[in-house]
Amino acid sequence: MRFTGDKVFKVLVAVIAASALAILIITGYTLSVGSMPVLQKFGLNFFFGQQWSPAAGREIFGLLPYILGTLATSGIALLIGVPLSLGIAIFLVEMAPRSLRVPISYLVELLAAVPSVIYGLWGLFVFRGFMVTYIETPISKYLGWIPIFSGEPGGLDIFTAGAILAIMIIPTVASISKEVISSVPNSIREGAYSIGATKWEVIKRWVISYGRSGIFGAVILGLGRAVGETMAVTMLIGNATSFSAMPTSLFNPGQTLSSLIASGILDASSPFAYSAYIGAGLALLFMSLIINVGAHFVMTRVFKVKGGAIE
Amino acid sequence: MINSYGFRKLKNRLFFVLCAVCVVIAVVPLASILFEVAIRGAPQLSITFLTANASKGGIGHAIQGTLIIVGLTSIIGIPIGILSGVYLSEFGNNRYTQSLRTINNMLTQFPSIIVGITAYALIFNILGSSKWAFSTLTGAVALSFIMIPIITRTTEESLKLVPNTLREASLALGAHKWRTTLSVVLPTTKTGLITGILLAVARVAGETAPLIMTIQGSRYFFRGLNGRIAALPLEIWTNSLQPYPEAQAQGWGAALILIIIVLTLNIAVRLASRRE
Repeated sequence: MRFTGDKVFKVLVAVIAASALAILIITGYTLSVGSMPVLQKFGLNFFFGQQWSPAAGREIFGLLPYILGTLATSGIALLIGVPLSLGIAIFLVEMAPRSLRVPISYLVELLAAVPSVIYGLWGLFVFRGFMVTYIETPISKYLGWIPIFSGEPGGLDIFTAGAILAIMIIPTVASISKEVISSVPNSIREGAYSIGATKWEVIKRWVISYGRSGIFGAVILGLGRAVGETMAVTMLIGNATSFSAMPTSLFNPGQTLSSLIASGILDASSPFAYSAYIGAGLALLFMSLIINVGAHFVMTRVFKVKGGAIE
Repeated sequence: MINSYGFRKLKNRLFFVLCAVCVVIAVVPLASILFEVAIRGAPQLSITFLTANASKGGIGHAIQGTLIIVGLTSIIGIPIGILSGVYLSEFGNNRYTQSLRTINNMLTQFPSIIVGITAYALIFNILGSSKWAFSTLTGAVALSFIMIPIITRTTEESLKLVPNTLREASLALGAHKWRTTLSVVLPTTKTGLITGILLAVARVAGETAPLIMTIQGSRYFFRGLNGRIAALPLEIWTNSLQPYPEAQAQGWGAALILIIIVLTLNIAVRLASRRE
Protein backbone atom coordinates (compact mmCIF):
# COMPACT_ATOMS: atom_id res chain seq x y z
CA MET A 1 0.00 0.00 0.00
CA ARG A 2 2.72 2.42 1.01
CA PHE A 3 4.72 1.38 -2.01
CA THR A 4 1.93 1.97 -4.55
CA GLY A 5 0.79 5.29 -3.08
CA ASP A 6 4.25 6.76 -3.43
CA LYS A 7 4.73 5.26 -6.84
CA VAL A 8 1.47 6.72 -8.15
CA PHE A 9 2.39 10.12 -6.74
CA LYS A 10 5.84 10.05 -8.26
CA VAL A 11 4.57 9.03 -11.70
CA LEU A 12 1.81 11.63 -11.50
CA VAL A 13 4.12 14.57 -10.76
CA ALA A 14 6.70 13.29 -13.25
CA VAL A 15 4.08 13.31 -15.98
CA ILE A 16 2.87 16.77 -15.00
CA ALA A 17 6.44 18.04 -14.90
CA ALA A 18 6.81 16.93 -18.50
CA SER A 19 4.47 19.81 -19.38
CA ALA A 20 7.55 21.99 -19.90
CA LEU A 21 8.82 19.55 -22.51
CA ALA A 22 5.33 19.33 -23.98
CA ILE A 23 5.09 23.11 -24.35
CA LEU A 24 8.46 23.21 -26.11
CA ILE A 25 7.51 20.36 -28.46
CA ILE A 26 4.08 21.80 -29.20
CA THR A 27 5.67 25.16 -29.99
CA GLY A 28 8.31 23.73 -32.30
CA TYR A 29 5.93 21.32 -33.99
CA THR A 30 3.02 23.67 -34.65
CA LEU A 31 5.28 26.45 -35.89
CA SER A 32 7.10 24.06 -38.25
CA VAL A 33 3.89 22.57 -39.59
CA GLY A 34 2.22 25.97 -39.83
CA SER A 35 5.06 27.51 -41.82
CA MET A 36 5.46 24.50 -44.15
CA PRO A 37 3.55 26.14 -47.07
CA VAL A 38 5.86 29.17 -47.29
CA LEU A 39 8.98 27.14 -46.62
CA GLN A 40 8.07 24.71 -49.40
CA LYS A 41 7.38 27.50 -51.84
CA PHE A 42 10.32 29.81 -51.11
CA GLY A 43 12.83 27.58 -49.34
CA LEU A 44 15.70 29.56 -47.86
CA ASN A 45 14.59 32.62 -49.81
CA PHE A 46 11.91 33.00 -47.18
CA PHE A 47 14.63 34.00 -44.72
CA PHE A 48 16.76 36.02 -47.13
CA GLY A 49 14.16 37.70 -49.35
CA GLN A 50 13.33 41.36 -48.89
CA GLN A 51 9.86 41.62 -50.37
CA TRP A 52 6.61 41.18 -48.45
CA SER A 53 3.55 41.41 -50.58
CA PRO A 54 0.36 39.56 -49.77
CA ALA A 55 -1.39 40.40 -53.06
CA ALA A 56 -3.46 37.33 -53.86
CA GLY A 57 -1.96 35.14 -56.56
CA ARG A 58 1.41 36.90 -56.54
CA GLU A 59 2.37 36.50 -52.89
CA ILE A 60 6.03 36.96 -52.06
CA PHE A 61 7.28 36.76 -48.49
CA GLY A 62 10.82 37.41 -47.31
CA LEU A 63 11.98 37.95 -43.74
CA LEU A 64 15.37 39.59 -44.19
CA PRO A 65 14.33 43.18 -43.31
CA TYR A 66 12.67 42.01 -40.10
CA ILE A 67 15.55 39.77 -39.05
CA LEU A 68 17.93 42.70 -39.59
CA GLY A 69 15.47 45.03 -37.87
CA THR A 70 15.40 42.73 -34.85
CA LEU A 71 19.20 42.70 -34.74
CA ALA A 72 19.37 46.49 -35.14
CA THR A 73 16.90 47.33 -32.35
CA SER A 74 18.44 44.75 -30.01
CA GLY A 75 21.90 46.05 -30.85
CA ILE A 76 20.90 49.60 -29.92
CA ALA A 77 19.25 48.29 -26.77
CA LEU A 78 22.46 46.54 -25.73
CA LEU A 79 24.69 49.52 -26.62
CA ILE A 80 22.64 51.84 -24.42
CA GLY A 81 21.29 49.44 -21.84
CA VAL A 82 24.35 47.39 -20.91
CA PRO A 83 26.62 50.26 -19.77
CA LEU A 84 23.71 51.71 -17.78
CA SER A 85 22.97 48.34 -16.18
CA LEU A 86 26.63 47.78 -15.31
CA GLY A 87 26.77 51.23 -13.74
CA ILE A 88 23.71 50.42 -11.67
CA ALA A 89 25.06 47.03 -10.62
CA ILE A 90 28.42 48.51 -9.61
CA PHE A 91 26.73 51.33 -7.76
CA LEU A 92 24.52 48.91 -5.84
CA VAL A 93 27.25 46.47 -4.87
CA GLU A 94 30.33 48.65 -4.43
CA MET A 95 29.22 52.18 -3.70
CA ALA A 96 25.71 52.74 -2.43
CA PRO A 97 25.23 53.23 1.29
CA ARG A 98 23.55 50.21 2.82
CA SER A 99 20.29 52.08 3.39
CA LEU A 100 19.93 52.89 -0.32
CA ARG A 101 20.68 49.44 -1.69
CA VAL A 102 17.34 47.78 -1.09
CA PRO A 103 15.12 50.66 -2.27
CA ILE A 104 17.16 51.24 -5.43
CA SER A 105 17.27 47.61 -6.43
CA TYR A 106 13.54 47.43 -5.76
CA LEU A 107 12.90 50.40 -8.05
CA VAL A 108 15.00 48.84 -10.78
CA GLU A 109 13.06 45.58 -10.40
CA LEU A 110 9.81 47.52 -10.72
CA LEU A 111 10.92 48.49 -14.22
CA ALA A 112 10.50 44.82 -15.08
CA ALA A 113 7.03 44.71 -13.57
CA VAL A 114 5.57 47.42 -15.82
CA PRO A 115 3.68 45.68 -18.64
CA SER A 116 5.13 46.05 -22.10
CA VAL A 117 1.98 47.67 -23.47
CA ILE A 118 2.28 50.47 -20.90
CA TYR A 119 5.84 51.09 -22.05
CA GLY A 120 4.35 51.34 -25.51
CA LEU A 121 1.66 53.81 -24.46
CA TRP A 122 4.16 55.95 -22.57
CA GLY A 123 6.59 55.65 -25.46
CA LEU A 124 4.02 56.78 -27.97
CA PHE A 125 2.83 59.86 -26.09
CA VAL A 126 5.76 60.87 -23.88
CA PHE A 127 9.07 59.25 -24.75
CA ARG A 128 8.67 59.75 -28.49
CA GLY A 129 8.44 63.53 -28.11
CA PHE A 130 11.49 63.57 -25.85
CA MET A 131 13.49 61.50 -28.32
CA VAL A 132 12.59 63.68 -31.31
CA THR A 133 13.26 66.99 -29.59
CA TYR A 134 16.33 66.30 -27.51
CA ILE A 135 18.10 63.37 -29.12
CA GLU A 136 17.17 62.73 -32.72
CA THR A 137 16.93 66.29 -34.03
CA PRO A 138 20.35 67.36 -32.68
CA ILE A 139 21.96 64.16 -33.96
CA SER A 140 20.39 64.57 -37.35
CA LYS A 141 21.45 68.23 -37.49
CA TYR A 142 25.11 67.63 -36.75
CA LEU A 143 25.65 64.03 -37.82
CA GLY A 144 23.01 63.75 -40.53
CA TRP A 145 25.69 63.22 -43.18
CA ILE A 146 26.46 59.79 -41.74
CA PRO A 147 24.19 57.31 -43.58
CA ILE A 148 22.81 55.63 -40.44
CA PHE A 149 21.60 59.00 -39.15
CA SER A 150 20.04 60.12 -42.44
CA GLY A 151 16.40 60.88 -42.89
CA GLU A 152 13.90 63.07 -41.10
CA PRO A 153 13.59 62.07 -37.44
CA GLY A 154 9.93 61.43 -36.64
CA GLY A 155 10.14 59.43 -33.45
CA LEU A 156 8.49 56.32 -34.83
CA ASP A 157 11.70 54.65 -35.90
CA ILE A 158 14.33 52.04 -35.15
CA PHE A 159 16.24 54.32 -32.79
CA THR A 160 13.27 55.07 -30.54
CA ALA A 161 12.32 51.40 -30.46
CA GLY A 162 15.91 50.48 -29.55
CA ALA A 163 16.02 53.14 -26.85
CA ILE A 164 12.84 51.93 -25.16
CA LEU A 165 14.18 48.37 -25.35
CA ALA A 166 17.30 49.63 -23.59
CA ILE A 167 15.14 50.74 -20.66
CA MET A 168 13.28 47.45 -20.67
CA ILE A 169 16.40 45.25 -20.51
CA ILE A 170 17.96 47.21 -17.64
CA PRO A 171 16.28 45.17 -14.86
CA THR A 172 17.39 41.86 -16.40
CA VAL A 173 21.00 42.85 -17.05
CA ALA A 174 21.42 44.90 -13.88
CA SER A 175 20.06 42.29 -11.47
CA ILE A 176 22.16 39.45 -12.90
CA SER A 177 25.30 41.62 -13.06
CA LYS A 178 24.63 42.57 -9.46
CA GLU A 179 24.61 38.91 -8.45
CA VAL A 180 27.78 38.29 -10.43
CA ILE A 181 29.63 41.27 -8.99
CA SER A 182 28.63 40.49 -5.43
CA SER A 183 29.80 36.91 -5.88
CA VAL A 184 33.35 38.11 -6.59
CA PRO A 185 35.28 37.07 -3.45
CA ASN A 186 36.27 39.91 -1.15
CA SER A 187 39.83 38.63 -0.96
CA ILE A 188 40.27 39.79 -4.56
CA ARG A 189 39.20 43.32 -3.65
CA GLU A 190 41.31 43.35 -0.51
CA GLY A 191 44.38 42.18 -2.41
CA ALA A 192 43.95 44.97 -4.93
CA TYR A 193 43.36 47.65 -2.30
CA SER A 194 46.44 46.50 -0.42
CA ILE A 195 48.69 47.34 -3.36
CA GLY A 196 47.22 50.84 -3.46
CA ALA A 197 44.54 50.72 -6.12
CA THR A 198 41.64 53.16 -6.00
CA LYS A 199 38.10 51.83 -5.98
CA TRP A 200 37.67 52.50 -9.69
CA GLU A 201 40.87 50.63 -10.49
CA VAL A 202 39.81 47.73 -8.31
CA ILE A 203 36.47 47.50 -10.10
CA LYS A 204 37.87 47.96 -13.58
CA ARG A 205 40.89 45.68 -13.37
CA TRP A 206 39.83 43.02 -10.90
CA VAL A 207 36.11 42.86 -10.19
CA ILE A 208 34.86 43.22 -13.78
CA SER A 209 37.51 40.95 -15.19
CA TYR A 210 36.83 38.30 -12.54
CA GLY A 211 33.11 38.40 -13.29
CA ARG A 212 33.33 38.93 -17.04
CA SER A 213 31.81 35.64 -18.14
CA GLY A 214 28.89 36.14 -15.76
CA ILE A 215 28.36 39.64 -17.06
CA PHE A 216 28.53 38.24 -20.58
CA GLY A 217 25.74 35.85 -19.60
CA ALA A 218 23.71 38.76 -18.27
CA VAL A 219 24.15 40.57 -21.58
CA ILE A 220 22.97 37.51 -23.51
CA LEU A 221 19.85 37.25 -21.34
CA GLY A 222 19.23 40.96 -21.96
CA LEU A 223 19.59 40.28 -25.68
CA GLY A 224 17.01 37.52 -25.36
CA ARG A 225 14.58 39.92 -23.74
CA ALA A 226 15.22 42.58 -26.40
CA VAL A 227 14.78 40.19 -29.33
CA GLY A 228 11.42 38.91 -28.13
CA GLU A 229 9.91 42.11 -26.79
CA THR A 230 6.78 42.85 -28.75
CA MET A 231 4.27 45.47 -27.71
CA ALA A 232 6.45 48.48 -26.96
CA VAL A 233 8.42 47.90 -30.16
CA THR A 234 5.29 47.41 -32.25
CA MET A 235 3.94 50.72 -31.03
CA LEU A 236 7.14 52.69 -31.60
CA ILE A 237 9.00 51.27 -34.58
CA GLY A 238 6.71 52.63 -37.28
CA ASN A 239 5.73 49.26 -38.77
CA ALA A 240 7.31 49.49 -42.20
CA THR A 241 7.01 46.47 -44.45
CA SER A 242 8.73 45.04 -47.51
CA PHE A 243 11.77 46.88 -48.95
CA SER A 244 11.26 50.03 -46.90
CA ALA A 245 11.66 48.02 -43.68
CA MET A 246 15.35 47.41 -44.41
CA PRO A 247 17.15 49.09 -41.51
CA THR A 248 19.28 51.51 -43.53
CA SER A 249 18.95 54.49 -41.20
CA LEU A 250 18.21 54.63 -37.49
CA PHE A 251 15.69 57.40 -38.13
CA ASN A 252 13.60 55.39 -40.60
CA PRO A 253 10.58 53.33 -39.62
CA GLY A 254 11.46 49.68 -39.40
CA GLN A 255 10.03 46.38 -38.26
CA THR A 256 11.17 43.48 -36.10
CA LEU A 257 10.02 39.88 -36.36
CA SER A 258 7.82 40.23 -33.31
CA SER A 259 6.32 43.57 -34.36
CA LEU A 260 5.67 42.19 -37.85
CA ILE A 261 3.58 39.42 -36.32
CA ALA A 262 1.75 41.62 -33.81
CA SER A 263 0.93 44.40 -36.24
CA GLY A 264 0.10 42.36 -39.31
CA ILE A 265 -1.30 38.96 -38.41
CA LEU A 266 -4.90 40.03 -38.02
CA ASP A 267 -4.83 41.52 -41.51
CA ALA A 268 -3.53 38.32 -43.09
CA SER A 269 -5.92 37.60 -45.91
CA SER A 270 -5.20 34.06 -47.02
CA PRO A 271 -4.01 30.77 -45.48
CA PHE A 272 -0.75 31.32 -47.34
CA ALA A 273 -0.29 34.70 -45.65
CA TYR A 274 -1.06 33.16 -42.24
CA SER A 275 1.63 30.66 -42.96
CA ALA A 276 4.12 33.48 -43.66
CA TYR A 277 3.43 35.03 -40.25
CA ILE A 278 3.79 31.66 -38.56
CA GLY A 279 7.10 31.35 -40.41
CA ALA A 280 8.18 34.66 -38.90
CA GLY A 281 7.32 33.12 -35.52
CA LEU A 282 9.50 30.13 -36.38
CA ALA A 283 12.44 32.42 -37.21
CA LEU A 284 11.95 34.22 -33.89
CA LEU A 285 11.80 30.87 -32.09
CA PHE A 286 15.15 29.89 -33.63
CA MET A 287 16.76 33.19 -32.60
CA SER A 288 15.38 32.89 -29.11
CA LEU A 289 16.49 29.26 -28.75
CA ILE A 290 20.03 30.03 -29.90
CA ILE A 291 20.30 32.97 -27.49
CA ASN A 292 18.84 31.06 -24.55
CA VAL A 293 20.94 27.94 -25.09
CA GLY A 294 24.00 30.20 -25.27
CA ALA A 295 23.01 31.96 -22.07
CA HIS A 296 22.37 28.62 -20.38
CA PHE A 297 25.87 27.36 -21.10
CA VAL A 298 27.54 30.60 -20.04
CA MET A 299 25.54 30.86 -16.83
CA THR A 300 25.91 27.24 -15.69
CA ARG A 301 29.67 27.48 -16.24
CA VAL A 302 29.90 30.72 -14.30
CA PHE A 303 27.84 29.67 -11.34
CA LYS A 304 29.41 26.21 -11.09
CA VAL A 305 32.85 27.74 -10.77
CA LYS A 306 31.72 30.03 -8.00
CA GLY A 307 30.16 27.51 -5.69
CA GLY A 308 26.64 27.70 -7.04
CA ALA A 309 25.19 29.71 -4.20
CA ILE A 310 23.21 31.89 -6.56
CA GLU A 311 20.89 29.57 -8.38
CA MET B 1 51.23 63.88 -13.83
CA ILE B 2 48.76 61.58 -15.57
CA ASN B 3 49.26 58.84 -13.01
CA SER B 4 49.55 61.04 -9.96
CA TYR B 5 47.50 60.09 -6.95
CA GLY B 6 45.39 63.21 -7.28
CA PHE B 7 44.44 62.37 -10.84
CA ARG B 8 43.60 58.80 -9.92
CA LYS B 9 41.42 60.04 -7.08
CA LEU B 10 39.67 62.39 -9.48
CA LYS B 11 38.95 59.52 -11.87
CA ASN B 12 37.61 57.57 -8.94
CA ARG B 13 35.21 60.40 -8.05
CA LEU B 14 34.07 60.81 -11.65
CA PHE B 15 33.36 57.13 -11.85
CA PHE B 16 31.26 57.27 -8.70
CA VAL B 17 29.22 60.13 -10.15
CA LEU B 18 28.84 58.27 -13.45
CA CYS B 19 27.42 55.20 -11.72
CA ALA B 20 25.01 57.33 -9.71
CA VAL B 21 23.89 58.98 -12.96
CA CYS B 22 23.18 55.51 -14.40
CA VAL B 23 20.83 54.85 -11.51
CA VAL B 24 19.08 58.15 -12.07
CA ILE B 25 18.71 57.47 -15.81
CA ALA B 26 17.05 54.15 -15.02
CA VAL B 27 14.72 55.52 -12.36
CA VAL B 28 13.55 58.57 -14.34
CA PRO B 29 11.58 56.53 -16.93
CA LEU B 30 9.91 54.57 -14.15
CA ALA B 31 8.92 57.77 -12.36
CA SER B 32 7.77 59.31 -15.63
CA ILE B 33 5.65 56.27 -16.53
CA LEU B 34 3.96 56.19 -13.11
CA PHE B 35 3.46 59.95 -13.14
CA GLU B 36 2.01 60.19 -16.65
CA VAL B 37 -0.25 57.19 -16.16
CA ALA B 38 -1.57 58.64 -12.91
CA ILE B 39 -2.01 62.18 -14.26
CA ARG B 40 -3.56 61.24 -17.58
CA GLY B 41 -5.51 58.25 -16.30
CA ALA B 42 -7.01 59.65 -13.12
CA PRO B 43 -9.41 62.16 -14.78
CA GLN B 44 -11.00 59.22 -16.62
CA LEU B 45 -12.01 57.38 -13.49
CA SER B 46 -15.72 57.33 -12.79
CA ILE B 47 -18.30 54.71 -11.97
CA THR B 48 -19.44 54.59 -15.59
CA PHE B 49 -15.88 54.27 -16.87
CA LEU B 50 -15.19 51.33 -14.57
CA THR B 51 -18.45 49.48 -15.08
CA ALA B 52 -19.87 50.24 -18.53
CA ASN B 53 -18.83 48.57 -21.78
CA ALA B 54 -17.24 50.21 -24.80
CA SER B 55 -20.47 51.48 -26.36
CA LYS B 56 -21.11 53.56 -23.23
CA GLY B 57 -17.52 54.77 -23.05
CA GLY B 58 -16.34 52.47 -20.25
CA ILE B 59 -13.77 49.76 -19.78
CA GLY B 60 -15.85 47.56 -17.47
CA HIS B 61 -15.84 44.83 -20.10
CA ALA B 62 -12.05 44.91 -20.27
CA ILE B 63 -11.65 44.74 -16.48
CA GLN B 64 -14.06 41.83 -16.37
CA GLY B 65 -12.25 40.21 -19.30
CA THR B 66 -8.85 40.48 -17.63
CA LEU B 67 -10.21 39.00 -14.39
CA ILE B 68 -11.84 36.10 -16.24
CA ILE B 69 -8.87 35.32 -18.43
CA VAL B 70 -6.37 35.58 -15.57
CA GLY B 71 -8.66 33.43 -13.40
CA LEU B 72 -8.94 30.74 -16.06
CA THR B 73 -5.20 30.84 -16.68
CA SER B 74 -4.60 30.40 -12.96
CA ILE B 75 -6.96 27.43 -12.80
CA ILE B 76 -4.92 25.73 -15.52
CA GLY B 77 -1.49 27.06 -14.62
CA ILE B 78 -1.20 26.99 -10.83
CA PRO B 79 -1.79 23.25 -10.17
CA ILE B 80 0.39 22.18 -13.09
CA GLY B 81 3.13 24.64 -12.17
CA ILE B 82 3.21 23.67 -8.50
CA LEU B 83 3.21 19.92 -9.13
CA SER B 84 5.98 20.31 -11.74
CA GLY B 85 8.00 22.28 -9.21
CA VAL B 86 7.40 19.53 -6.64
CA TYR B 87 8.76 16.95 -9.04
CA LEU B 88 11.86 18.97 -9.90
CA SER B 89 12.66 19.64 -6.25
CA GLU B 90 11.60 16.42 -4.48
CA PHE B 91 12.38 13.63 -6.89
CA GLY B 92 16.07 13.37 -7.35
CA ASN B 93 18.63 15.01 -9.49
CA ASN B 94 18.67 12.72 -12.50
CA ARG B 95 19.18 13.57 -16.14
CA TYR B 96 15.43 13.82 -16.72
CA THR B 97 14.89 16.47 -14.03
CA GLN B 98 17.98 18.34 -15.12
CA SER B 99 16.86 18.60 -18.71
CA LEU B 100 13.33 19.52 -17.64
CA ARG B 101 14.80 22.28 -15.48
CA THR B 102 16.85 23.61 -18.38
CA ILE B 103 13.85 23.55 -20.72
CA ASN B 104 11.72 25.21 -18.09
CA ASN B 105 14.24 28.00 -17.55
CA MET B 106 14.35 28.53 -21.28
CA LEU B 107 10.57 28.74 -21.44
CA THR B 108 10.53 31.48 -18.81
CA GLN B 109 12.76 33.53 -21.13
CA PHE B 110 10.72 32.86 -24.26
CA PRO B 111 9.19 35.83 -26.08
CA SER B 112 5.49 35.93 -25.31
CA ILE B 113 4.64 36.53 -28.96
CA ILE B 114 5.90 33.02 -29.69
CA VAL B 115 3.27 31.67 -27.34
CA GLY B 116 0.69 33.75 -29.16
CA ILE B 117 1.72 32.58 -32.60
CA THR B 118 1.84 28.98 -31.38
CA ALA B 119 -1.70 29.24 -30.07
CA TYR B 120 -2.68 30.82 -33.37
CA ALA B 121 -1.05 28.06 -35.43
CA LEU B 122 -2.70 25.44 -33.21
CA ILE B 123 -6.05 27.07 -33.77
CA PHE B 124 -5.55 26.94 -37.51
CA ASN B 125 -4.29 23.38 -37.60
CA ILE B 126 -6.65 21.81 -35.09
CA LEU B 127 -9.68 23.96 -34.51
CA GLY B 128 -9.92 25.46 -37.97
CA SER B 129 -12.82 27.84 -38.17
CA SER B 130 -14.83 26.21 -35.39
CA LYS B 131 -16.47 28.50 -32.89
CA TRP B 132 -13.76 27.67 -30.32
CA ALA B 133 -11.01 29.06 -32.57
CA PHE B 134 -10.76 32.62 -31.28
CA SER B 135 -12.11 32.37 -27.81
CA THR B 136 -11.59 33.05 -24.15
CA LEU B 137 -10.46 29.47 -23.72
CA THR B 138 -7.66 29.60 -26.33
CA GLY B 139 -6.47 32.83 -24.73
CA ALA B 140 -6.31 31.20 -21.32
CA VAL B 141 -4.44 28.18 -22.70
CA ALA B 142 -1.93 30.51 -24.37
CA LEU B 143 -1.37 32.49 -21.18
CA SER B 144 -0.99 29.30 -19.14
CA PHE B 145 1.98 28.42 -21.40
CA ILE B 146 3.59 31.54 -19.93
CA MET B 147 2.42 30.96 -16.37
CA ILE B 148 3.38 27.29 -15.93
CA PRO B 149 7.17 27.72 -16.35
CA ILE B 150 7.24 30.71 -13.98
CA ILE B 151 5.35 28.92 -11.20
CA THR B 152 7.34 25.72 -11.72
CA ARG B 153 10.54 27.65 -11.21
CA THR B 154 9.49 29.65 -8.16
CA THR B 155 7.96 26.54 -6.56
CA GLU B 156 11.14 24.56 -7.06
CA GLU B 157 13.25 27.36 -5.65
CA SER B 158 11.15 27.78 -2.53
CA LEU B 159 10.85 24.02 -1.92
CA LYS B 160 14.63 23.76 -1.98
CA LEU B 161 14.75 26.13 0.99
CA VAL B 162 12.76 23.69 3.17
CA PRO B 163 15.30 22.00 5.46
CA ASN B 164 15.75 18.28 4.88
CA THR B 165 15.33 17.57 8.59
CA LEU B 166 11.62 18.37 8.25
CA ARG B 167 11.22 15.76 5.52
CA GLU B 168 13.20 13.23 7.53
CA ALA B 169 11.16 13.87 10.67
CA SER B 170 7.94 13.30 8.77
CA LEU B 171 9.23 10.13 7.13
CA ALA B 172 10.48 8.89 10.50
CA LEU B 173 6.98 9.26 11.90
CA GLY B 174 5.86 6.83 9.22
CA ALA B 175 4.32 9.22 6.72
CA HIS B 176 4.52 8.33 3.06
CA LYS B 177 6.56 10.48 0.76
CA TRP B 178 3.46 11.89 -0.95
CA ARG B 179 1.95 12.67 2.43
CA THR B 180 5.19 14.30 3.56
CA THR B 181 5.32 16.42 0.43
CA LEU B 182 1.70 17.52 0.51
CA SER B 183 1.20 18.01 4.27
CA VAL B 184 4.66 18.99 5.49
CA VAL B 185 6.87 20.38 2.73
CA LEU B 186 4.30 22.41 0.79
CA PRO B 187 2.64 24.07 3.83
CA THR B 188 6.04 24.99 5.25
CA THR B 189 6.86 27.07 2.22
CA LYS B 190 3.40 28.55 1.76
CA THR B 191 4.68 32.13 1.55
CA GLY B 192 7.18 31.21 -1.16
CA LEU B 193 4.47 29.52 -3.20
CA ILE B 194 2.07 32.45 -2.87
CA THR B 195 4.84 34.87 -3.83
CA GLY B 196 5.53 32.92 -7.00
CA ILE B 197 1.85 32.70 -7.86
CA LEU B 198 1.28 36.44 -7.36
CA LEU B 199 4.28 37.32 -9.53
CA ALA B 200 3.09 34.97 -12.25
CA VAL B 201 -0.43 36.44 -12.08
CA ALA B 202 0.99 39.98 -12.32
CA ARG B 203 3.06 39.00 -15.32
CA VAL B 204 0.16 37.29 -17.08
CA ALA B 205 -2.27 40.14 -16.38
CA GLY B 206 -0.05 42.53 -18.34
CA GLU B 207 0.61 40.22 -21.29
CA THR B 208 -0.71 41.57 -24.56
CA ALA B 209 1.00 39.85 -27.44
CA PRO B 210 -0.52 36.37 -26.96
CA LEU B 211 -3.99 37.89 -26.64
CA ILE B 212 -3.93 39.69 -29.99
CA MET B 213 -4.28 36.49 -31.93
CA THR B 214 -6.34 34.47 -29.47
CA ILE B 215 -9.08 36.46 -27.72
CA GLN B 216 -8.79 39.35 -30.20
CA GLY B 217 -10.64 41.81 -27.97
CA SER B 218 -14.29 42.74 -27.88
CA ARG B 219 -16.54 45.69 -27.15
CA TYR B 220 -18.89 43.74 -24.93
CA PHE B 221 -19.03 41.90 -21.65
CA PHE B 222 -18.19 38.20 -21.35
CA ARG B 223 -20.27 36.08 -23.70
CA GLY B 224 -19.17 32.56 -22.91
CA LEU B 225 -15.93 30.60 -23.05
CA ASN B 226 -16.23 30.09 -26.79
CA GLY B 227 -16.60 33.78 -27.59
CA ARG B 228 -14.18 36.65 -27.95
CA ILE B 229 -13.49 38.68 -24.86
CA ALA B 230 -11.90 42.02 -24.01
CA ALA B 231 -8.82 42.51 -21.81
CA LEU B 232 -7.18 45.59 -20.32
CA PRO B 233 -3.86 45.31 -22.22
CA LEU B 234 -5.66 44.94 -25.54
CA GLU B 235 -7.90 47.86 -24.65
CA ILE B 236 -4.82 50.01 -24.01
CA TRP B 237 -3.24 48.96 -27.27
CA THR B 238 -6.23 49.51 -29.53
CA ASN B 239 -7.12 52.82 -27.88
CA SER B 240 -3.58 54.17 -28.14
CA LEU B 241 -3.66 53.67 -31.91
CA GLN B 242 -6.88 55.65 -32.34
CA PRO B 243 -6.53 59.20 -33.66
CA TYR B 244 -9.25 60.52 -31.28
CA PRO B 245 -8.19 62.18 -28.01
CA GLU B 246 -11.16 60.61 -26.17
CA ALA B 247 -10.07 57.11 -27.16
CA GLN B 248 -6.47 57.84 -26.19
CA ALA B 249 -7.64 59.17 -22.84
CA GLN B 250 -9.55 55.93 -22.30
CA GLY B 251 -6.33 54.07 -23.06
CA TRP B 252 -4.60 56.00 -20.27
CA GLY B 253 -7.48 55.23 -17.91
CA ALA B 254 -7.18 51.53 -18.71
CA ALA B 255 -3.40 51.78 -18.21
CA LEU B 256 -3.96 53.25 -14.75
CA ILE B 257 -6.20 50.33 -13.75
CA LEU B 258 -3.74 47.78 -15.16
CA ILE B 259 -0.74 49.34 -13.47
CA ILE B 260 -2.62 49.49 -10.16
CA ILE B 261 -3.36 45.76 -10.45
CA VAL B 262 0.21 44.87 -11.38
CA LEU B 263 1.90 47.10 -8.80
CA THR B 264 -0.45 45.99 -6.01
CA LEU B 265 0.50 42.38 -6.70
CA ASN B 266 4.20 43.26 -6.73
CA ILE B 267 4.00 45.22 -3.51
CA ALA B 268 2.01 42.44 -1.87
CA VAL B 269 4.81 40.07 -2.79
CA ARG B 270 7.34 42.45 -1.33
CA LEU B 271 5.45 42.69 1.96
CA ALA B 272 4.90 38.92 2.14
CA SER B 273 8.55 38.10 1.58
CA ARG B 274 9.71 40.73 4.04
CA ARG B 275 7.61 39.21 6.81
CA GLU B 276 9.19 35.86 6.15
